[in-house]
Amino acid sequence: MTMNSVGRPTRPEGEPLNDYLHPTLTGARGLLQDEALIFELGGWDKTGVDLEAPEFDASDLGDLVRAEPIGLPGLSEPEAMRHYVRLSQKNHAIDLALYPLGSCTMKHNPRLNEKAARLPGFGDVHPLQPISTVQGALALMDKLAHWLKTLTGMPAVALTPKAGAHGELCGLLCIRAAHEANGQGHRKTVLTPTSAHGTNPATAAFVGYTVQEIAQTADGRVDLADLEAKLGPHVAAIMVTNPNTCGLFEREVVEIARLTHAAGAYFYCDGANFNAIVGRVRPGDLGVDAMHINLHKTFSTPHGGGGPGAGPVVLSQALAPHAPTPWVVHGDDGFELVERAEGQAEAAFGRMCAFHGQMGMFVRAYAYMLSHGADGLRQVAEDAVLNANYLKAVLSAEMSPAFPDGPCMHEALFDDAWLEGTGVTTLDFAKAMIDEGFHPMTMYFPLVVHGAMLIEPTETEPKAELDRFADALLKLARAAKAGDVDRFKGAPYHAPLRRLDETQAARKPRLRWTAPEAPKMAAE
Amino acid sequence: MRYLPLTPHDRAEMLATIGVASIDDLFVDVPAAARRGGLVDLPLHAGEFEVEREMMELAGRNRSAGQGPFFCGAGAYKHHVPASVDHLIQRSEFLTSYTPYQPEIAQGTLQVLFEFQTQVAALTGMEVANASLYDGSTATAEAVMMASRITRRNKAVLSPGLHPHYAETVQTLAHAVGMDIERMPLAIDAEAEVVAHIGPDTACVVVQTPNLFGTATDVSKIAAAAQAAGALLIVVTTEAVSYGLLKSPGAMGADIAVAEGQSIGVGLNYGGPYVGLFACREKYVRQAPGRLCGETVDADGRRGFVLTLSTREQHIRRDKATSNICTNSGLCALAFSIHMSLLGEAGLRRLAALNHQAARRLAARIAEVPGFQVLTPRYFNEIAVRTPIPAEHLVQLLADHGILGGVPVSRLDPGAGMDDVLLLAATELTRPADIEILARATTRLLSQ
Amino acid sequence: MRFTKDHEWIELDGDMATVGITAYAAEQLGDVVFVELPSVGKTLKTGDGMAVVESVKAASDVYAPIDGEVTAVNDALSTNPETVNGSPEGDGWFAKVKVADTAAIEALMDRDAYEAFLQTL
Repeated sequence: MTMNSVGRPTRPEGEPLNDYLHPTLTGARGLLQDEALIFELGGWDKTGVDLEAPEFDASDLGDLVRAEPIGLPGLSEPEAMRHYVRLSQKNHAIDLALYPLGSCTMKHNPRLNEKAARLPGFGDVHPLQPISTVQGALALMDKLAHWLKTLTGMPAVALTPKAGAHGELCGLLCIRAAHEANGQGHRKTVLTPTSAHGTNPATAAFVGYTVQEIAQTADGRVDLADLEAKLGPHVAAIMVTNPNTCGLFEREVVEIARLTHAAGAYFYCDGANFNAIVGRVRPGDLGVDAMHINLHKTFSTPHGGGGPGAGPVVLSQALAPHAPTPWVVHGDDGFELVERAEGQAEAAFGRMCAFHGQMGMFVRAYAYMLSHGADGLRQVAEDAVLNANYLKAVLSAEMSPAFPDGPCMHEALFDDAWLEGTGVTTLDFAKAMIDEGFHPMTMYFPLVVHGAMLIEPTETEPKAELDRFADALLKLARAAKAGDVDRFKGAPYHAPLRRLDETQAARKPRLRWTAPEAPKMAAE
Repeated sequence: MRYLPLTPHDRAEMLATIGVASIDDLFVDVPAAARRGGLVDLPLHAGEFEVEREMMELAGRNRSAGQGPFFCGAGAYKHHVPASVDHLIQRSEFLTSYTPYQPEIAQGTLQVLFEFQTQVAALTGMEVANASLYDGSTATAEAVMMASRITRRNKAVLSPGLHPHYAETVQTLAHAVGMDIERMPLAIDAEAEVVAHIGPDTACVVVQTPNLFGTATDVSKIAAAAQAAGALLIVVTTEAVSYGLLKSPGAMGADIAVAEGQSIGVGLNYGGPYVGLFACREKYVRQAPGRLCGETVDADGRRGFVLTLSTREQHIRRDKATSNICTNSGLCALAFSIHMSLLGEAGLRRLAALNHQAARRLAARIAEVPGFQVLTPRYFNEIAVRTPIPAEHLVQLLADHGILGGVPVSRLDPGAGMDDVLLLAATELTRPADIEILARATTRLLSQ
Repeated sequence: MRFTKDHEWIELDGDMATVGITAYAAEQLGDVVFVELPSVGKTLKTGDGMAVVESVKAASDVYAPIDGEVTAVNDALSTNPETVNGSPEGDGWFAKVKVADTAAIEALMDRDAYEAFLQTL
């Protein structure tokens, strides 16, 4: 068997430790309420929305009508406010403190962008209104496309993908369509570095490609010799993240592109880390054929607890004809929307989703771009890289950087060599960070670094917050080395909950609430 | 720059700590030829009111749904969303948090997802639901892939009432993975005809109710026929409010139920972001795409929630994942869940009844317009009507007069031979007066 | 009982073999939460993926140690996956396989050889 034990302990170890906390009588923790589920709040006949009684019945629908109870509780508005505000207070957020999740780019979300997205002219427009009534929306999509193309130095962009992984899928489908159009449909292999995001091999496999890994050099970059050896007439594309998942710029990226093109393959760049180079480096100058841009990372549309994102894909001249529909064109009477893969869109591979992509995210991203401008976006990249290198320098006093030589880009990667012999693992250290008020960094990724800790501060952190964060980590590091193991093993002690039993959750999945003894609420 | 906190003094101090002379020294790994000395050719930064002015100018060039009589549907619907929903989803702790990978400090998001999953399972009448997908169309495509994994068969049949955008999204993904798709030509009331197309290699049939034309169908017999042949039934719904009035997919025997959840809690947003609902039988859950939230306990035995069964997902399984999905539609799922909590069963049922009532009023009145014929036999809140002139032309004429008068089928499928079929939706926001304006304007425009 | 370098064990009784994962493997994986077993009747070739064993954070493929046909699987693992941790080389077996070439099993490591192999890891 493959011995895939990359994971980590997922069950709290040892006995409950309450030394740090005197248990309360109600389960509340100070201002943190112990909040029940909506299904336990008892509002089975309650509603928080006033609607007039209908005058018509549904007799015309006969036995299509739903007779059985649905099983949905209701809340009045004050109860709803309480319920969700109480729950919200159990979340960490960028607005609370530095959120150093490497590869995820948790930066400040400007509120102007939220306001803009809620203008009725954007938020209250139907996707299938006549084109004459949506000229402003199409103009915005056209302007967004112009900015993305200019910033990346690429000639085309497909706006519709709904997230980064959806963008990867779109990019690979363009590549596949281009190969098929050129009689190269037999190319079935995609090469990815061992350090790639999980989405890269997942997407490639999903599209029917066989994934082959490229080795990494000791300094954290693509091994050119290995790449060259694996390239060949069977290779459809390479997928390389740049800056890569170790937070390093691929120095040989131009050579990577040259080798790839010489072998007849396309260069897909995972643009998850574009925020490190925006305004300073154009992927088009590096030989990239396709790259998705996570608008929720580089252009700061909110992460929202896990989406919605948006993943437009910039494309080279070779791939542009195969982009999915729809797209915006300039017509005689203003903007037009090409919605079907026919006529002028004959080479398009089809449609990624209903309608035209994540318009709400386009509005936010465009407002972000206008606010920053060419100069501000360049400063974004510079400050992101500066902040990461600053943390790398300061934290190196106690922690071991995975690649100490040379600068990192927008994120600083540490291994767990410095924890050796302390009895504290990367996971324990991360959980202790929670007690000190910070969200843990990305852990155990990339897979190529043992006990990896990937720290991405982003450009929106002031120096004082970086210092506060570094101070907390250094104190923790010293505590670990001084043998204060309990501080780590039982952590977190001060969070809304202690460590959760993920093993139980996976062995006996409980994925929905069920009534303890209320037969009338049973599922139909 | 108002979003960048570092001062020139900070930067100098930090460069000194790092031990480099200038910021350029941190970009030395970039090939010299690709380092850009100057700025890209785009405007410089702008103040808040200047940006707001430009955004308002662009927004002002769109006609918003609330500006006048409005009858567009076909997969996106204008409903009232309570003010508290938008207020709550803009709380920092929901808006500016990440995927809940650290459950100890993400119980807010996780409990909401658990409640959301329970609500979606109840609405669809299914055993389990996931924490949402991008939208209804991608959820449909994922469901087809899942059916293929479960049955180890390679063909899907798409019913004649499936939204063409959904069918095209399925075709894109199916082409990618090498599945065969049999897409039946558009028809107003012919969902049951899929039964004749089920064969021994059929992984699933995909049926929409209410369908593109608003037709509501009891799919029980289709379910039985599919399952007898070892295939799964996927039921698609693009108007989630219909769950408040119509028999649920689960009650009719669906194996997988997917829906566009935009109607509850989420605005029109010119097509996105929306929220895909995905529910299935419990025995299939390990083949399901997307995130799942499950109940467990913490080290002190307190109830809590975690993302679970994540070995299905890309960050663990990599090239063996059930799907490449990394994001869900978290904030839209939150909005959906809050709105649904406010409605409750009583509110949802009433809301659905009001939608149906509005559509009946619309159907009755539009049938009186000379040359118009209502084509949809049984409907929830949307109908297809035959128009005496090409529907696309009529819609443009109405738009020129300030009425957003529905969606022409020809826009979604020009080859369907339905140039004279118009889709009209009505919701709780559609007043009798709006219907009257539409009917009169149509009568007047046609007589000119 | 014989062992592979991929940490499967196999025990022959006549031409029927029982297959599972070793105690070492179960220990390394941590808490097993799910086991995906092959279907009865499936024909295995040595080295094919025959099962998947999942811990919370990882999924690992189990390879067929021998050519043969699956005649039974341990359905109890679907409700009690923890048996793989509790009794990996006993009640935690995965599948029973009808073996065509029993001699091939003899070529695998015996327990002493496997223990020695583990020392090299």
